[in-house]
Amino acid sequence: MYAVELSGISKTFGNVRANDDVSLQVSAGSIHAIAGENGAGKSTLTHIIYGMLSPSSGTMKISGREVSFSSPRDAIEAGIGMVHQHFMLVRNQTVAENIILGREKTPLAGIMKRRNISEDIASMAERHDMALDPDAIVGELSVGEEQRVEILKLLYRNASVLILDEPTAVLTPGETAQLFSTLRSLKREGKTVILITHKLDEVLEISDTVSVMRRGNITATVPTSSVSKKDLARMMVGRDVLLRVNNPPSEPGPEVLDINALSLVDRKRRRVLDELSLSVRTGEIYGIAGVEGNGQNELLDILWGMHDRESRITGSIRISGTDLIGLSPKEIADMGVSHIPGDRLRHGVIREFSVSENMLFGRHRETCFHRFGGFRRESVLRFTEEMTALFDIRYSPGPDIPVSMLSGGNQQKIVLARELNRPGLKLLLLAHPTRGVDIGAIELIHRCIVEARRNGLAILLVSSELDEIIALSTRIGCMYKGRIRHEFAPEHVTEGRFHQKEFEKEIGMHIT
Amino acid sequence: MLRRSFYPIIAIMAALAVSALLILAAGRDPVVIFGKMIQMTFGSDYGTGQIMFRMTSLIFTGLAVAIPFRVKLFNIGGEGQLLGGAFAAAVAGALLPEQTPAMAAVIIACLAAMMTGGSLGFLSGWLKIRHDVNEVISTIMLNFLAAAAVSYLLTSHMAVPSTAHTPDIIAQARIAGIDDIADIWRKAPANFSMLLAAAACASSYLLLYKTRFGYEMRATGLQSEAARYAGIDTSFHRLAAMTAGGAVAGLGAANLVLGYKHSFEAGLTSGLGFTGIAVALLAYAHPLWIVPSALLFGFLEYGGLAVNAYVPKDIFMIVQAVIIIVVMITARKS
Repeated sequence: MYAVELSGISKTFGNVRANDDVSLQVSAGSIHAIAGENGAGKSTLTHIIYGMLSPSSGTMKISGREVSFSSPRDAIEAGIGMVHQHFMLVRNQTVAENIILGREKTPLAGIMKRRNISEDIASMAERHDMALDPDAIVGELSVGEEQRVEILKLLYRNASVLILDEPTAVLTPGETAQLFSTLRSLKREGKTVILITHKLDEVLEISDTVSVMRRGNITATVPTSSVSKKDLARMMVGRDVLLRVNNPPSEPGPEVLDINALSLVDRKRRRVLDELSLSVRTGEIYGIAGVEGNGQNELLDILWGMHDRESRITGSIRISGTDLIGLSPKEIADMGVSHIPGDRLRHGVIREFSVSENMLFGRHRETCFHRFGGFRRESVLRFTEEMTALFDIRYSPGPDIPVSMLSGGNQQKIVLARELNRPGLKLLLLAHPTRGVDIGAIELIHRCIVEARRNGLAILLVSSELDEIIALSTRIGCMYKGRIRHEFAPEHVTEGRFHQKEFEKEIGMHIT
Repeated sequence: MLRRSFYPIIAIMAALAVSALLILAAGRDPVVIFGKMIQMTFGSDYGTGQIMFRMTSLIFTGLAVAIPFRVKLFNIGGEGQLLGGAFAAAVAGALLPEQTPAMAAVIIACLAAMMTGGSLGFLSGWLKIRHDVNEVISTIMLNFLAAAAVSYLLTSHMAVPSTAHTPDIIAQARIAGIDDIADIWRKAPANFSMLLAAAACASSYLLLYKTRFGYEMRATGLQSEAARYAGIDTSFHRLAAMTAGGAVAGLGAANLVLGYKHSFEAGLTSGLGFTGIAVALLAYAHPLWIVPSALLFGFLEYGGLAVNAYVPKDIFMIVQAVIIIVVMITARKS
């Protein structure tokens, strides 16, 4: 008997077939991973199972009974629960209040037996290895704890099938390990877990069965034990993929960026950066590992002149000896600095601008593109064509289409091409370079970054993906509560690549 | 994109259907009324001239909304900016010495109008970027302020005694009527400030789509955060767009004062600034589409007036409102 059984599910949006004749069987009491690249149709499929979308055709059975959901309410009734990527909690209520919300089990005007409820929840949490105080205010919890509240909410509603959408994206390595132990415990109790992820290591570690999606289809469903990481990547992309970029040792030159005892107190008087010091030399990649929210964004903002002018900064930042604090983004760029922001769609490109307009974005002040008050169309087009070829950027029919029509990987390649080719470039601030990018494109992007480093660029890399930090960095700084808590020397990093798992654990200890 | 350009047509059709029903309700035959309306507007020489005159004003006030709209600011202040500009042009035109050369007099009067309208726009823009005051609120408030100031200055200082208008501007500051030169639109108020309006549209278009300034401005409007990352001074562009919007609204004085009335009188602007909002919305704030949009609204305004003897002209005000609402609905879908 299958907990969830889909046959011939299709879903079309306009002309786009998001799901095309998908059939899937999820065994009860198993952890079933659905892996695939962005836009492969994972979200659509899970939204169908959770009743948020109704399929254009096909049938769905839950525990052998055919169902058709018209809203998530129906799905919840049928024992299906979902933890979304963005949590849906009331921040100023307690954990217990959040969990029982909508299921109070007392008349509307009745008095709730808070003590009993709290005890129930505490014991439920403990049973599944989730440390949590039922009376804590949700707004004061960590992201990992908030996720536990979401899971407990589902358990409180007696969900037998739990769908988790990219649950580890926001977690520290330690929290991930704890989540996995919770999932195993749920499985022992006979619950079914559907895990949506694009992280292959996680698929291999936790799941019993894995389904790979590509272009709206499930290309394979196999027992996890029968496949390797390489196999999975091939199934997802449709060709062999180099998972780890070739990163030859570097010979760093003179210091380009020097940050000394940098502190930032924001307008709410929180100390976001605390005496942070680091330096980056030409020909090296300094990777900052850290859980999001430990000051990385604020550091990048200051480095790019985008920080809140109401906040208080002490310490110094020098680029080849010149003081940087107080300069505008334009002035910083003119010093030979490029910035690839982490949130590409919001900060890196103008979505409605064409490919060639975006190629110019932030570099439109360079006189070689000018003619009178406007742009020299031929040189803009020539530059676009050059970059398109050099970075293997794919779009059709031509460079006049809006960049929003391109895949995440191709958009990122545009940003990368534009920023890496800035004349006189000395320093690159690089945030989350492969977030929301397909595995196939990651390979090329990593190769270009290493190539630029070998040509003498100094790169400051911020990423929440530890494997990316390990694969690219020359040195690694572990950032915790606004300071570099520990720094790994080049030899240590090279050494660490040979035993990635242990190295990740070691880094994990310094960032939590 | 193709479908998007059909939406205004759908909106106009819907509005026509509504007006047909209203005309029926008023006890008239819509076909007859529409026939009369066409006949008395585009069907007649004078009527066409009237439409052209109204269109010219609406191009100015439409652009006044459309330009700030490009940086996501909503200029509701066209009425006050036009009023202030018209008053300033009338005063400047009247105070100029008689022997001022014609070209110079027109330019000085136009500059006075643009500076007055532009200052009002600049003030709203400054309040927005410096003190985060919502520009919708500040422009509405400045409308009241401009109306009160103009009314005070007119009655207490500038008006010809025992009248409600300023003295006439000097002859050199006047813009010739079309019928002064050509043999069309006789006796209609249409004048050569039409060319100024056309030039304003064309140069807005070129500025917005063909220059680096426009490139930065569009980026600011689409994603201002991203624009800041690219080193663009978004505050400057907001301020510039609000100022330009106010200045263009003020320039509407060329049509009303320099080309037609030759003086300022109370009630001269009569809601043109507000109709400009509708003109800009129907044109999706595109400087070239402003022209047909202004033409349509000019037609509805004068056409409504022309058939006022048969059906109340308020019907055509309803039509204008319906067009805008339908445009807003369809714009949301696309």
